[in-house]
Amino acid sequence: MRAIHTIHGGIHPPERKALSQPGKLQPLALPPSLVLPLNQHLGGPARPVINVGESVLGGQVLAEASGVMSVPVHAPTSGTVRAIERRPIAHASGLEDICIELETDGQDQWVAFEGIPHWRDCEPAILAEQVRNAGIAGMGGAGFPTAVKLTPGPQRPIELLLINGTECEPYITADDTLMQRYADQLIEGTTILAHILGADSILIGIEDNKPEAIACVQAAVDQIDAPIEVASFPTKYPSGGEKQVIEILTGMQVPSGGIPADIGIVCLNPGTAVAVQQAIIEGKPLTHRIVTLTGEALSQPCNTLACLGTPIAHLLRAVGWAPEGQQRVIHGGPMMGFAVSNLDAPVTKITNCLLAPTESELPLPEEPQPCIRCGHCAEACPASLLPQQLYWYARAKDQEQLAAHRLFDCIECGACAYVCPSHIPLVQYYRAAKGQIRDSEQERKRSDNSRARFEAREQRLEEEAAAREAKRAARKAAAQQQAESDGVDPVQAAIERAKAKKAQQDAAP
Amino acid sequence: MVGWLATEPLFAALAALLLLGSVFGALLGYAAIRFRVEGNPISEQINALLPQTQCGQCGYPGCRPYSEAIAEGDAINKCPPGGEETIQALADLLDVEPQPLDAEHGVEKEPVVAWIREAECIGCTKCIQACPVDAILGAAKVMHTVIADECTGCDLCLEPCPVDCIDLIPRKQGIGFWHWPLPEDRLRPIEVIATDAATRTAA
Amino acid sequence: MSLLRVTSPHTAGRQNVSSVMRDVLLATAPGILVMTWFFGPGTLINLVLGGSVALAAEYGVVALRGRNPKTAIADLSVLVTSTLLCIALPPYAPWWLIVIGVLTAVLLGKQVFGGLGYNPFNPAMVGYVVLLISFPIQMSSWALPRDLVATPGLGEAMQRVFLPSSIDAMTGATPLDLLRQNTGLLFADLMMSRPELSGWGGLGWVEVNLAFLLGGLWLLYRKIFTWHAPLAMLAALGLCALMGFDGGSSSSGGSALFHLFSGASMFAAFFIITDPVSSAVSNRGRLIFGALIGVLVYLIRTLGNYPDAVAFAVLILNFCAPFIDHYTQPTVYGTRKMNP
Repeated sequence: MRAIHTIHGGIHPPERKALSQPGKLQPLALPPSLVLPLNQHLGGPARPVINVGESVLGGQVLAEASGVMSVPVHAPTSGTVRAIERRPIAHASGLEDICIELETDGQDQWVAFEGIPHWRDCEPAILAEQVRNAGIAGMGGAGFPTAVKLTPGPQRPIELLLINGTECEPYITADDTLMQRYADQLIEGTTILAHILGADSILIGIEDNKPEAIACVQAAVDQIDAPIEVASFPTKYPSGGEKQVIEILTGMQVPSGGIPADIGIVCLNPGTAVAVQQAIIEGKPLTHRIVTLTGEALSQPCNTLACLGTPIAHLLRAVGWAPEGQQRVIHGGPMMGFAVSNLDAPVTKITNCLLAPTESELPLPEEPQPCIRCGHCAEACPASLLPQQLYWYARAKDQEQLAAHRLFDCIECGACAYVCPSHIPLVQYYRAAKGQIRDSEQERKRSDNSRARFEAREQRLEEEAAAREAKRAARKAAAQQQAESDGVDPVQAAIERAKAKKAQQDAAP
Repeated sequence: MVGWLATEPLFAALAALLLLGSVFGALLGYAAIRFRVEGNPISEQINALLPQTQCGQCGYPGCRPYSEAIAEGDAINKCPPGGEETIQALADLLDVEPQPLDAEHGVEKEPVVAWIREAECIGCTKCIQACPVDAILGAAKVMHTVIADECTGCDLCLEPCPVDCIDLIPRKQGIGFWHWPLPEDRLRPIEVIATDAATRTAA
Repeated sequence: MSLLRVTSPHTAGRQNVSSVMRDVLLATAPGILVMTWFFGPGTLINLVLGGSVALAAEYGVVALRGRNPKTAIADLSVLVTSTLLCIALPPYAPWWLIVIGVLTAVLLGKQVFGGLGYNPFNPAMVGYVVLLISFPIQMSSWALPRDLVATPGLGEAMQRVFLPSSIDAMTGATPLDLLRQNTGLLFADLMMSRPELSGWGGLGWVEVNLAFLLGGLWLLYRKIFTWHAPLAMLAALGLCALMGFDGGSSSSGGSALFHLFSGASMFAAFFIITDPVSSAVSNRGRLIFGALIGVLVYLIRTLGNYPDAVAFAVLILNFCAPFIDHYTQPTVYGTRKMNP
């Protein structure tokens, strides 16, 4: 029996998970057109390899990875590429980005796949490459390219593979549903991942508010007697954060500024594990994912296996969308999700939930009051930071003190803002401060670089001028020397030669 | 002497203070010379804070001359590309009051880079010679192009161009450069987006 | 239909500033009732007078500052300030004492720094100290408890407050004051000769302190503050008193129980030092903050010139709070040295 540790702080917001009926998957109709952003992950955007007007089949590569920190984009179904241009995407900024618009033809024809059924005999590097070619990025919400996570390098030996089935945020039940419906694939995928990483032990962590999921996963483990431990632990937000779940299940802390691989652990989402199983066994790329559609503005909240690229509006309408006059649609959960600015934006690899609350269900934030320094935020912070001080320094734009108080260790979970009696939007201050600091760093590097270039140029001009001077002086010295040795002044001689030539030219027509 | 001082407390106090003052003053003076640490001359530190666009908007022919002028006592609010952040950093370094940007020298604009309209370029190399950081690639009669990563947006290349084919375009565009604003910098805490305004039709 | 764009988190706990202040006011009720029982309606008059002056002053100043005065009044913070101050002031003190004290607390202790959340010092204590230094005579004449004199009725109380006269046979020194002034008698003898000193902490005072203790425990249960500061202060005060008590000689400082249950000890521990705006930020810091207040209270009570020392101790530690904060930052996740 594994010892369960506790994290500092944490909160217990109302869970509201039963609303979306976890464990059941509702099939929804395919939309007439799909919008596939080139960037659905952390890293550089993919590069399109098809042209507008081309017909493509399901599973075909539409855009290839553009570097190490990049993943390819595949067509989720057959159709015709209508456009490659800027479209609204689901992003906190509300800005647009380049997307491939695919008009579906309803035929749903797919390319032939080639899996690696004998993966046990395969080199981990080849398996990781297969994962990369399948376009798999972390499906827990961050979208880290999985192939990169699976190859931490020889400097970081991996001892533990941790599948993070916590799903601590209220309302979201996508992972819960996945673990109940795809438990066998999850176990197989986990085993494959452990093989790729060379991990000695495998752990699946699930919060204790998901008893059905725990039972299904445990049954799947027992069925094939896999060397996987299923551990459950008390429900608390934000236990599901990578750093927090590692602390709860192992008692170890990820070093500040480091990654879990530094302490021999790799943490992955169960959806990612299932996607890896499909990629290795069947050769199928990542084209669908489970999305929780929930909130009281929907009359039939449910979980659905949505096609990537489905516009949000299409999904909401399919489940009884009854918006109020002023409606929020939240991409993600109520604690860390952002409000969508345009309902034409599509579902991507990192969309785990679409939440459409009514005003009475989740009231709008009240007017922020001054901070009364009560310290509840510091009690709730899972990273043991002092959110109050970070707030004051963020307002003062004091970058030194922000670094001293470890601003970049903040996981932006929102627990501090949840407990604040003055309703201060604390997380936004930290996000803004982090953005400003990154910006300043970039600007500093740029200006240092420009200064170096400017000085190099000045030096080059000086050297050129000096070289010219030196040449002139050398020529002059050589001429003088010549004059002394010959007794004839070469300059004078040259002038007379020129005069003679000119006279000759004038004489002869 | 000591006996007389003992009877005159005022003079005794004065003498004691004088003695102490001279002793400690001598100690400090000695330490200032003997333990002196050669630090960065202040103009170097000031130059490190300036944005290095070498644009000349401050009235000096480059960032280094301006940094030397500031070290001599010139105002710190003459640099538009540096903007408020640079003024604040200079104020912190020199321990003076930050002042708003002097409008005479320009206003703070968003960062830009130069961009040559290649169809119109005649290959005269005048812009290449003008660029203070060698950010334009090209040669005589060969296409000129701006290396965007190196361009500081100083706009010194615009004037020499005889066909006026250089534009200044914003550098920080797109999702990669966006970050959350501070709540006080936002217009409203709750933004309302009218969805019936611009609806996208299927292309 | 318009879409709303709001930042996360999109849900919040139910606590807000006015609910916190309301809980604090409710928690003072037992103590006020016991004080009224023992010392008459003087405290109630103080509270009503002080409360009205405070609300009017806050409303006026916030409006002058160009902010919304209704929001400032609605969060009840100024009412808490005036309540805490008026509990600390002697019952039947002249009306002008109350008015000056409350105005100082609200204007000089709070608004001049920027209002709620910006004051570096505890505003009630600022008001108290200004009064104590300016009007020492009125501040050191506390009413006698009900077993020694008949507690005045409301009419008489109103007269004493609003038409003060210099003749006052109804007041005397507090038990702490008596102890401090005593130089000749053994503690046991002193207790026999002065009836005000009966019981652990003096007549009536024990009950008052127990009532505030009850209120404070309720606030702990409601999670309005954490246990660190109150426990540290009481423990430090008790420990110092224990070490300084030499069995009851004429120069002793009073037993630990005496110090804990007399004067404003319990009131200070749960209501004054727990003011979040002016105290330390982290829990470790609050332990140090509370402990140092406890030590200072004992020292000033036994060695200083004033009978009760809470106000001075609190102000001194308010001044130290930023230093305490600087040195008691918690260990952030991922920064501890060893991993198991």
